[in-house]
Amino acid sequence: MSTPPTNTDAAETTGHGDISTGVAAPTGSGDSNASATRITPGNALRPEDIALEVRTGLKPSEDIAEYALRLGDDALILAQRLGHWISRAPELEEDIALGNIALDQLGHARSFLSYAGGAMTNDDGSAKTEDDLAYFRREHEFRSVQLFEQPNGDFAVTIARQFIVSYYQFELYRRLTESTDGTLAAIAAKAVKEVDYHRDHSAQWILRLAGGTEESRRRMVHGLRLMWPYVEELFRDDDLTRRLAEAGAAVAPSSLREDFDRLTGELLEEAELDVPDVPAAPGGGRRGRHSEHLGYILAEMQVLAREYPGAKW
Amino acid sequence: MAAQNLQSVPVELSPEEEAAGKATFDRIIAEDSRIEPKDWMPPAYRKTLLRQISQHAHSEIIGMQPEANWITRAPSLKRKAILMAKVQDEAGHGLYLYSAAETLGQTRDEMMDALIAGKARYSSIFNYPALTWADMGAIGWLVDGAAICNQVPLCRASYGPYGRAMVRICKEESFHQRQGFEILLELSNGTPAQKQMAQDAVNRWYAPALMMFGPPDDDSPNSRQSMAWNIKRFSNDELRSRFVGMMVEQVRVLGLTLPDDQVRFNEDTKKWEHGPLDWHEFQEVLAGRGPCNAQRLERRREAHDDGAWVREAAAAYAAKQQAKQSMTTKEYAA
Repeated sequence: MSTPPTNTDAAETTGHGDISTGVAAPTGSGDSNASATRITPGNALRPEDIALEVRTGLKPSEDIAEYALRLGDDALILAQRLGHWISRAPELEEDIALGNIALDQLGHARSFLSYAGGAMTNDDGSAKTEDDLAYFRREHEFRSVQLFEQPNGDFAVTIARQFIVSYYQFELYRRLTESTDGTLAAIAAKAVKEVDYHRDHSAQWILRLAGGTEESRRRMVHGLRLMWPYVEELFRDDDLTRRLAEAGAAVAPSSLREDFDRLTGELLEEAELDVPDVPAAPGGGRRGRHSEHLGYILAEMQVLAREYPGAKW
Repeated sequence: MAAQNLQSVPVELSPEEEAAGKATFDRIIAEDSRIEPKDWMPPAYRKTLLRQISQHAHSEIIGMQPEANWITRAPSLKRKAILMAKVQDEAGHGLYLYSAAETLGQTRDEMMDALIAGKARYSSIFNYPALTWADMGAIGWLVDGAAICNQVPLCRASYGPYGRAMVRICKEESFHQRQGFEILLELSNGTPAQKQMAQDAVNRWYAPALMMFGPPDDDSPNSRQSMAWNIKRFSNDELRSRFVGMMVEQVRVLGLTLPDDQVRFNEDTKKWEHGPLDWHEFQEVLAGRGPCNAQRLERRREAHDDGAWVREAAAAYAAKQQAKQSMTTKEYAA
């Protein structure tokens, strides 16, 4: 779990906590396999583990891969959006909090994409990696729903998006831990613990901004109205989710709606806010139909990788 | 703020109390032990520390910018995750340091205002632009490497809260340096264009990194007093020389070169020497005429101003909650 500051407790229990190691010989000692993404306490699943399993034969069905791609793209695009806040947040504590949420989402994305890639091959016959999928697909090949690509706006807009996302993802991952697909269940088991913190973070800010000043309340109301049109798309079933849900491998999006409405409704009521009464956007992200925003996100995210195709980083 | 409970507030003391406080302070320094926030300390000691710790905190915060500049463009997802975690660590370092400085009697808000008003300094190195991905490597390897050389001795600084903050910071910095080294190593072993990118970044960051240790000893007026107070343990030139020695070894492993053909080990002094540094440029950047001074400050100001309504809302909400709570308590009491 990484939501309380990333490398505090974790660092002290996994071998990076020895000051003498790092300080005396910064590049010469310690665990040579260590990387910032590998500090995960306990036996939680890491993206690197999934990639390794894929290289040694783990292969999801095409349906499962497509489903993993959807969830991975959601998380990746959100991580990209949130990453922009780091060094620009209203308080240092929020630079850290939004950075942590971005890191969690990026971790989920890497796991889902590494798994999805197992069923997809490059021209040379090798399985696609997380980076093949993140950096070398075009807009229409991304499967994220449109909520995730909506611009950050001001802090209230970001919190509104985060509120919807975290309540949706919590209900999704909570159920996905029961998936008949072991890998999806394992990714969800790690993710749900982290997303629980994201819920707490966004809920607290909804209360603060709604109950703070006149200006913050006005901005919070505005933020929710801007984001709410994209709620509908999160809960839409299609042939893929119907097939997978029937087999017990995936969660039917529509089955999450009731809990989402009830729990977000309770929090909005506590904040004395109305559920925005706005028309739903048509969506289409799961079929590769995106808003104008995604092109810019990808242009920035992919520029360097595409400038040096085949390079290792 | 939590640190307020620990704040040392200078109060009017009788001449006897003053003398006793000074005697204790001198004894603690002589024993190379630690001064804590509520101990008596000379006003100049307080002022020096406050300046140094707040400058250090500002450096962490401004230092987030050149690297945050590459988060959205990191060329692999793993690198993106590492870079995000690193920049986030820097925000954390800023927080510990502001908290340590608060124990000396200034609030974080006051320090932040001074930074935004352009009245406070931060490390000049962050006024250079991060132009390519290889700069993420060079910053980690050279800039964080120099910072570690400077900061490890500060873990033993005589002021307790500062020394303790530095222990945590140094742990994370050594991680940062390693990731910078790893980025350069990967580039150096990559395509010719990648290797060229790595060499170019090392060429640009080498001299500014060396200047991070501050002016030469004969031109560093405050060093002597800081050393007498056990804040600073080694001179600027001593630390710079050690750093050059480390880099000489490591650059070979990287398969790159340092842009300095005068680096050598002096057998007589047993110290590493380097070519001349452009101290005029250093002074220019310090005076605000560096490549990114205006940009860095404006970004911090913009984030601060854009966030004002959020901080006001949080404060107003907290006040309302508190009022509600004390109302409930009164009702119970009645």
